[in-house]
Amino acid sequence: MKSSHLLSAADLDRDDALRILDTAEELLSVAQRPIKKLPTLRGRTVVNLFFEDSTRTRISFEAAAKRLSADVINFSAKGSSVSKGESLKDTALTLQAMGADAVVIRHPASGAPHRLATSRWMSGAVVNAGDGMHEHPTQALLDAFTMCRHLGDLEGKSITIVGDVLHSRVARSNALLLHTLGADVTLVAPPTLLPVGVETWPVAHSYDLDANLEKADAVMMLRVQRERMNASYFPSAREYSRRFGLDTARMNRMPEHAIVMHPGPMNRGMEITADVADSPRSVIVEQVTNGVAVRMAVLYLLLGGAADADSPEGNA
Amino acid sequence: MVVSSDTPRPDDVPARTVLDEQDISRALTRITHEILERNRDADGVLLLGIPTRGVHLARRIAARMSEVEGRTITPGSLDVTMYRDDLRLRPARALEHTSIPEDVDGKTVVLIDDVLFSGRTIRAALDALGDLGRPRAVQLAVLVDRGHRELPIRADFVGKNLPTSLAEKVKVRLTETDGEADSVTIVGGAS
Repeated sequence: MKSSHLLSAADLDRDDALRILDTAEELLSVAQRPIKKLPTLRGRTVVNLFFEDSTRTRISFEAAAKRLSADVINFSAKGSSVSKGESLKDTALTLQAMGADAVVIRHPASGAPHRLATSRWMSGAVVNAGDGMHEHPTQALLDAFTMCRHLGDLEGKSITIVGDVLHSRVARSNALLLHTLGADVTLVAPPTLLPVGVETWPVAHSYDLDANLEKADAVMMLRVQRERMNASYFPSAREYSRRFGLDTARMNRMPEHAIVMHPGPMNRGMEITADVADSPRSVIVEQVTNGVAVRMAVLYLLLGGAADADSPEGNA
Repeated sequence: MVVSSDTPRPDDVPARTVLDEQDISRALTRITHEILERNRDADGVLLLGIPTRGVHLARRIAARMSEVEGRTITPGSLDVTMYRDDLRLRPARALEHTSIPEDVDGKTVVLIDDVLFSGRTIRAALDALGDLGRPRAVQLAVLVDRGHRELPIRADFVGKNLPTSLAEKVKVRLTETDGEADSVTIVGGAS
């Protein structure tokens, strides 16, 4: 990759993105082998720096780093010095002193990974694993990877992303990456859950889910993020579910080949019914499997080659 | 030794062709028969080419072997990028395709590559193979052995032994990858 960090899906041009997806395709087969391990990152240290709760992203990054033989240090804000008021800077200096080659960071504040990458507090590669309401590039990559496996080349494919776009870093990263890959993205949400300035995004938007099902090659449901909502964005959960939830009747109106996706964790019965989540057209579990391969690809491409060949400091 | 100023620079030295299309074809046929002779028949033999040109050589050998044995023999490919010892010397490179047509456990695996040089690629291939299973034996077939080994590795089947100097470059061209007639040429050095 041209950059030594992965902070935003917008940083990836088409070649970068395809390179990650192709690498992931090869790495996917590692999971089927008797020895699920490659020696490539032996002796490298990857720190999972999680200031926010996460199950699948942290485990996925941990599995990815371990399958590449890197040493993994897990750091969660709970039970660490952060709860005593340590700043991001001091945490970064600590990680630098410990010799972290890469930091995978999730932070409730948008832009925290960018701060970490550009501040020169530490020299390692920074991977954004979700920052506030901003971006979650590896989720977008694994979503694109899953779509490619089912739909082939994404050029001209129609992807509908439904739900809480406003609070969703997944939606933002997906919109950017899918646009780079040539797909036509439509965001569907109630007006209150579309971000200000959405018309400047390289995507279409709509308030009507039913009008956007027939043409969709993939429908991605987003979780309603109640923990980020401090005001009421829609009248009631039932009304949201009726207008923007994916149920069996709606799924049956999608084309035969179309897939149903969800980045997880799901609110079953809210944005997606249990029947749809467990149906054969749902690739939600596969997304998790693919996540490990995609994250292996990202870590390999960031850390596998010459150490800091193109970092601004030169040799570190 | 005095080098006159008009001595051609390595880039200007014309390439010497050491194997042409016919030679390569004959060498591969001979290697095929040697593999069959050594292993009695193709049962329990698994051909694995090392990307990129080794894969095409493996396909050609498999085609010849299928003809002799009267059944279809499917070759595989083994990418060794993740096992290389020089990864840190260059930016991360793209991976090639690995496909293992059948379980390697208990098989005689014949690794196939175009040029045997330092032996480091084969070292990486042996490590990669070890993670896939436990072959009964591993053999190595190469089109060209140019010497200058840096590890205790040798080939079992060699198309041509080619004594070279380190200043020279051995170039293998195959129609499948290079879009021109098969050839092995030596470029550079004091020819």
